[in-house]
Amino acid sequence: MILRRPLLWAILLLAALFAWLPLRANNVALREDLILVAVAIILTSNLNLMIGYTGYVNFGHIVFYGLGGYVGLYLATVRGWHLVLAALVAGVAVSLLAFLFGIGILRLRGAYFALATIGVLVAVQAFVSNFEPWGRSTGMYVSFDAYAPLGGPRHALWTTYFLIITVMALSLILSLAIKSSKFGLGLFAIREDEDAAIVLGVNATVHKAIIYSVSAFLPAVAGALMFFKNGMIDPSIAFEYMLSLEGIVMLMLGGSGTVAGSALGAGLYERLRSYLLTSPRLSEFHLVIAGALLLLVMRLAPGGLIGWLYRLVPRSREVVE
Amino acid sequence: MSGILASMIDGVLIGSVYGLAAMGLSLIWGVMDVINLTHGSMIALGMFGMYLLFTAITGSSAYFLLIPVIAAGLVLGIIVYWLSVSWVIGRPILTSLLSTFAVNMMVIGIGTAIWSTSPYNVNFSLPGITVGAYTFTGNHIAAAVSAVVIALLLELFLYRTRAGKAIRAVSDNRDAAELMGISSTRVLMIAFAIGIALAASSGALVSTLFPFTILSGAGYQLKSFVVTVLAGLGKPFGALVAGVLLGLLEGAVSPFIAVSWIPLIEFGLFVLVLIVFPRGIFGRATA
Repeated sequence: MILRRPLLWAILLLAALFAWLPLRANNVALREDLILVAVAIILTSNLNLMIGYTGYVNFGHIVFYGLGGYVGLYLATVRGWHLVLAALVAGVAVSLLAFLFGIGILRLRGAYFALATIGVLVAVQAFVSNFEPWGRSTGMYVSFDAYAPLGGPRHALWTTYFLIITVMALSLILSLAIKSSKFGLGLFAIREDEDAAIVLGVNATVHKAIIYSVSAFLPAVAGALMFFKNGMIDPSIAFEYMLSLEGIVMLMLGGSGTVAGSALGAGLYERLRSYLLTSPRLSEFHLVIAGALLLLVMRLAPGGLIGWLYRLVPRSREVVE
Repeated sequence: MSGILASMIDGVLIGSVYGLAAMGLSLIWGVMDVINLTHGSMIALGMFGMYLLFTAITGSSAYFLLIPVIAAGLVLGIIVYWLSVSWVIGRPILTSLLSTFAVNMMVIGIGTAIWSTSPYNVNFSLPGITVGAYTFTGNHIAAAVSAVVIALLLELFLYRTRAGKAIRAVSDNRDAAELMGISSTRVLMIAFAIGIALAASSGALVSTLFPFTILSGAGYQLKSFVVTVLAGLGKPFGALVAGVLLGLLEGAVSPFIAVSWIPLIEFGLFVLVLIVFPRGIFGRATA
């Protein structure tokens, strides 16, 4: 039973804290900091489903977030849909697209798949930059009256914030639920030895296509919410390659394959990144530091922070998943 | 009609530079089963290496400066090898992808800090050849010739020297090669250094053709992946041929569509080739 698992309650507590802390003092700056952490957690925990659970590296994970942003923004502003409906439809649409892509590129094993995901990112970006209804390379803006159904801009920002916190909690709960399911065990089997898994009756192609599609859903919803909140979208910010790559750093830092690790790594790295980007002397070196961090973690602690905790306190494995 | 022909010839000239870049990726991939994700940043460093040398040494021909760029590429290759590759040999492919990728981030980060992301160019031009209404620029011809010469030198090295033979032996079967007394760690290091030098030299050649930024390497990295799978792994000379083919294709379609669509076509080709010809068009029928 998922209800018996301590991590579930920890996730709900985390979400409640995220919602309550900025609201209590009406602290907008804190809200903006936390929203970035929440988005990082959403992206990393869903990326974990591919890298950590299935053993397939997705270098272009950000493509789901960006496409979700585009579909959501298009529906919410041009078509005038309610934000929640637009975000959900964006999630479904991007998941379906991912499923179709997945059937094609998941026939590729291991490293070839990883290269194909770079290709997906480049190809989608090329497509969107040339797509007239989405404003080509100039992108789209949210007109001011799109905020009206949510009770005006000020109110709309808080609403999107709470929605993103909800998506964050759902992402972590999804990871937790998959981890203990039969489906999840199939994924782990593919990660450990795909040929052996197939021999033992795991339908690898279907498993991989489903998890690729599932890992697209919540990032796409988050993209729709986040770009609506930001008020604009264009191809270079929607498909920021570096953000896609930093997601991998976050995951490795926290501990690939663990639910708590994806959240911890995302939270820590996002705070570090914000600190580096705002510090006048270090802002240009944040990629260098990220790269060095990744190299160090891989060399010294391949299991990330959670792997380190497991080694230090072996019993923690039962609580921290 | 003749316009398309001219565009295709130009495509072939540029394609040989793509081929040279892909040779570096293909050599490393084939010999040590490592997908080198520092490839793009090494191409970019080749561009800036050429830029720095060309502005420092006035009056020299840009193409003679390839020699110091290649030498620097070899040294850089050894450094990158020890930093990110030496300890991942034989580990899951995920590890080497991430470790080379980490170095890539660091190089791009340092490069951005030094040169920002604004465009640079190497201000050097050779007289071109005019045929009818079309002129083929001298730089494109010289770059293609340089690429072919470097490719031939590599082929000579691999098939006519003892070190080259050792690289091929390790590539075919590392365990058997070790039993024959070949030090595989040293061979891997040499092969990696050569791969990086090839990437850097192709970057240096590109810098004489187009303006470039520190991020330009990424596009050529994607092209290198496409070319490498077209050619089949570990076939450096096949990579040159496949690079020329890709250039030809780009030349043939570029009069009809916007340049920004080209990545989409290349990616489609990449996936299609991988699915239809998993061992490459020039690959062996059996493993």
